[in-house]
Amino acid sequence: MDLDLSAPHSMGTTIIGVTYNGGVVLGADSRTSTGMYVANRASDKITELTDNVYVCRSGSAADTQVISDYVRYFLHQHTIQLGQPATVKVAANLVRLLSYQNKNMLQAGVIVGGWDKYEGGQIYSVPLGGTILRQPFSIGGSGSSYLYGFFDQAWKEDMTHEEAEQLVVKAASLAMARDGASGGVVRTVTINAEGVTRKFYGGDTLPLWHEELEPTNSLLDLLSSSVPEPMST
Amino acid sequence: MEFQRMVDGSVSMKDSAKSEISSERTLYPYVTGTSVIGLKYKDGVILASDTAGSYGSTLRYKCVERIKQVGDHTLIGASGEISDFQEIMRYLDELILYDKMWDDGNSLGPKEVHNYLNRIMYNRRNKFNPLWNSLVLGGVKKGQKYLGTVNMIGTHYEDDHLATGFGNHLARPILRSEWREDLTFEEAVKLIEKCLLVLLYRDRSSINKFQIAKITDEGTTIYPPYALKTFWGFSHFQNPSKGAAGTW
Repeated sequence: MDLDLSAPHSMGTTIIGVTYNGGVVLGADSRTSTGMYVANRASDKITELTDNVYVCRSGSAADTQVISDYVRYFLHQHTIQLGQPATVKVAANLVRLLSYQNKNMLQAGVIVGGWDKYEGGQIYSVPLGGTILRQPFSIGGSGSSYLYGFFDQAWKEDMTHEEAEQLVVKAASLAMARDGASGGVVRTVTINAEGVTRKFYGGDTLPLWHEELEPTNSLLDLLSSSVPEPMST
Repeated sequence: MEFQRMVDGSVSMKDSAKSEISSERTLYPYVTGTSVIGLKYKDGVILASDTAGSYGSTLRYKCVERIKQVGDHTLIGASGEISDFQEIMRYLDELILYDKMWDDGNSLGPKEVHNYLNRIMYNRRNKFNPLWNSLVLGGVKKGQKYLGTVNMIGTHYEDDHLATGFGNHLARPILRSEWREDLTFEEAVKLIEKCLLVLLYRDRSSINKFQIAKITDEGTTIYPPYALKTFWGFSHFQNPSKGAAGTW
């Protein structure tokens, strides 16, 4: 298939949001594609809406960027008027309103996650069409198809932060292994009472799965090592 | 604008027509709920549904409450696009709020709510921008039991027992045969569960997690979600290919 550079940028994506005992962990891959070409191999799909609310974006890059921009703008004013940080529910509902009222024109599936003092860590799923659903964890994007079974088995209530982070990274990396539209690095954002932490898991920090090989610098290194690498089928 | 009728009676656009869509014209549903069943019994009305939100053929959300209370006298159950149902609930909550604010001792009953919804659904249909739902409304006001339905094209009617979607084909024959005016709550629940089980066996978009809600003159109860036991013990199921290899 020829490179179609005028095809709309879409984030065939894997996005994940999980709650744990103290907050939420949001995760995403970093591939943005224009048809078959990878337009950006290190994109940041976890976007800030306020200090305490972030959104994972999947679907059309343009649509989700503009929705995030509008919601950030509204939330900024809302925070000034309210005199305190906006709640995660308000942020999620603003996203829902834009998604629902423009459902004919938008292709945006997002996961809104954050922390506020009233309800603690919360995850809201806003898929295509503008439905809003609060869930203890949520997955989205084209890569999520490969994760339904994984989460059915691996998810448990009340994880620690370490467990939640590892679950998100493992899941994202499994999806990236099988979904052509997901790839690159895994980015995570943790939001809790203390604040926000961004992490980055690149290349060799990610686990290897079935039929994936340890990366090397060159074949020559393999040939010159004292014990020749055995061939594998 | 080319349409095709799906097997469950819902209407969707033919794929060729989707590409010429402009804004403010017919949509297609994304996250959908399947059947809702309702029936009148001795003391009031019962509604039942599963708690699934399907995304095409994926059973994506398993915790969607598709039966909600509307004011003191009415229950509403929805199938179809969940975002449109959530929007309908906003309209209805506003309607009930304004009704309460009058504080005049009067309150909207199921007939009034049904009529209001019918107007909304039909007017949206005329603008080629429907709320993609089939709704069941049940309620009791001053001893009068009410059960009605309205859908995305504005068709509406009342009956002693109703269903949406697949329920029309699978549940209503059972209800037509076994429904009686004087069913007790226990008998009504058993009858509903018979229908829910058939839907679980034969509707691909149903899941084994159901919600039953009842409404009587005393009030409303929406029971927590629960699962039913399924039966697979027919001897024929053990080895259906035995006498005819390759059969299904």
